[in-house]
Amino acid sequence: MFFLTSGLFLGWALGANDAANVFGTAVGTRMVPWITAAIITSVFVIIGAIISGGGTTHTLGKLGAISALPGAFMTAFAAASAVYAMTKAGLPVSTTQAIVGGIVGWNMFSGSPTDLGILTTILSTWFICPVLAAIIAVIMFKSVKTASRMNKIHLLRADAYTRLALIAAGAFGAYSLGANNIANVVGVFVPAKPFSSVSINGIEFLSGTQMLMLAGGLAIALGVMTYSKGVMTTVGSNLGRISPIAALVVVTSHSLVLFLFASHDLEQWLLSHGLPTIPLVPVSSSQAVVGAVIGISLVRGGLSSIKWGTLGRIVLGWVVTPVMAALVCFIGLFILQNVFNQVVI
Amino acid sequence: MFKKLRVFGRTRDLEQQIDNFLKNISESAMLFRMAVKEYLKHGHTDDYRSMLDKVNSMETDADNLRRDIERELYLHTLIPESRGDVLGLIENLDQLLGLFQGALWRLENERPQIPSKYRNDMKRLSSHAVKSVEAVILSARAFFYSPHSVSEHNHAVMFYEKEADKVGSNLKSELFASDLDLSQKLQLRDVAESIDNIADWAEDVADRLAIYAIKRTV
Repeated sequence: MFFLTSGLFLGWALGANDAANVFGTAVGTRMVPWITAAIITSVFVIIGAIISGGGTTHTLGKLGAISALPGAFMTAFAAASAVYAMTKAGLPVSTTQAIVGGIVGWNMFSGSPTDLGILTTILSTWFICPVLAAIIAVIMFKSVKTASRMNKIHLLRADAYTRLALIAAGAFGAYSLGANNIANVVGVFVPAKPFSSVSINGIEFLSGTQMLMLAGGLAIALGVMTYSKGVMTTVGSNLGRISPIAALVVVTSHSLVLFLFASHDLEQWLLSHGLPTIPLVPVSSSQAVVGAVIGISLVRGGLSSIKWGTLGRIVLGWVVTPVMAALVCFIGLFILQNVFNQVVI
Repeated sequence: MFKKLRVFGRTRDLEQQIDNFLKNISESAMLFRMAVKEYLKHGHTDDYRSMLDKVNSMETDADNLRRDIERELYLHTLIPESRGDVLGLIENLDQLLGLFQGALWRLENERPQIPSKYRNDMKRLSSHAVKSVEAVILSARAFFYSPHSVSEHNHAVMFYEKEADKVGSNLKSELFASDLDLSQKLQLRDVAESIDNIADWAEDVADRLAIYAIKRTV
């Protein structure tokens, strides 16, 4: 179980930081109280992780099948270290990018070939994710704007509807976050099978993998409950002044993007209709939010309103986070194998 | 589910209170016009006094409504983004009632003699002031339902405010060019100004509403 702690720590960090992407704008604009947001996020992250976490986990597994627990420990630890270092440096960080770097570091150390096809798919989603979030946000924002002009709803009633919609979108966002990002937290531990299945009266209730995802989900929930308050309340100031309606558009766009990249059912539906599928890849929720905010800024004030510095920092994060995680993982695995005599491959 | 229903119930109650508050100002404006007309026609009468009493009572009702609205908005952290604007709007609109009261109390306490040649201008002045208030009430309603149309009503407020200014200015010039005693000139000037101030304040509220509306547009 000790080896799982690095993954759980990563889960905690994800809960502490990324819950703000789901409810930060709603809490920041004081539309939803923090405690409501925290409870909803915790519950739906766990549900999403258990029900739909398999797809993205499978993709990460194809990038590198880490079968030894100490190896998985170091991979998750390297990712957590990169997340911590990047957060300390004030750069926007994604656990997705960190874990991918960690896995590539493990592949380098173990001499396993990295599947370039999978890697390219994952890397392309880092770019596609914020762009898609921006496109969805633009469409939604324009639709909401037109609808609000056509329907004369009293300010107070619109406020009540927006609150309910923010809670619903937040719950959906938390579900999607759990489904999409659980792979980052416990994905590397799946091949090592640290849990056995749970059966009631001979009927399997939760598989070993689902138990692992439940543990990861609980770690994320712990991060949400213990550390997300400050992040949620300050997220508004990082993103600039945002109206409750814009907040709703941001959360919904972010949630849709995470859902699109995590839904196995959607993939099946697209396949059954002969349509191109969307890869089930863990994407960055922070960058989905930033993408959506940029989309809204574009509608509001054109190119001049985009914070190019923020964009630059995202691109920097794409490069620095995985490289740092890969390096830490490579060096950590070397130490674990040669100093502590652990089997890491 | 019950909580959700209560949320909408509370919203409905508050919408109703705001609506009643705006209605109160509209009715006070109409009473004001009638009271001024009555005074100009018959001087200080029982009817005038009864209309002043009604305006006083409406002012008290409006104050109570304003306090209730403020308490509800803060207690349930409703409309966090627009709360300051709504509270500001309601307080500023409430001041219009104070101005109606002030102008009517002036007539009640001072009982000025208004020579017939100035009565028509006084009547026109009060009519423009009331029309500017009616337009600003429409603008305030639009702020709650469709902020995009606030500017259309604000145009009317500006128009009537300018008209009130013109009439008020002419009236004062005529007063001071007349043979009346200086004390009477000063007294009638103050009466005219107390009415003109209503239109000025309506314009100030309209200016603020224009900003609130821009903030409200998505």
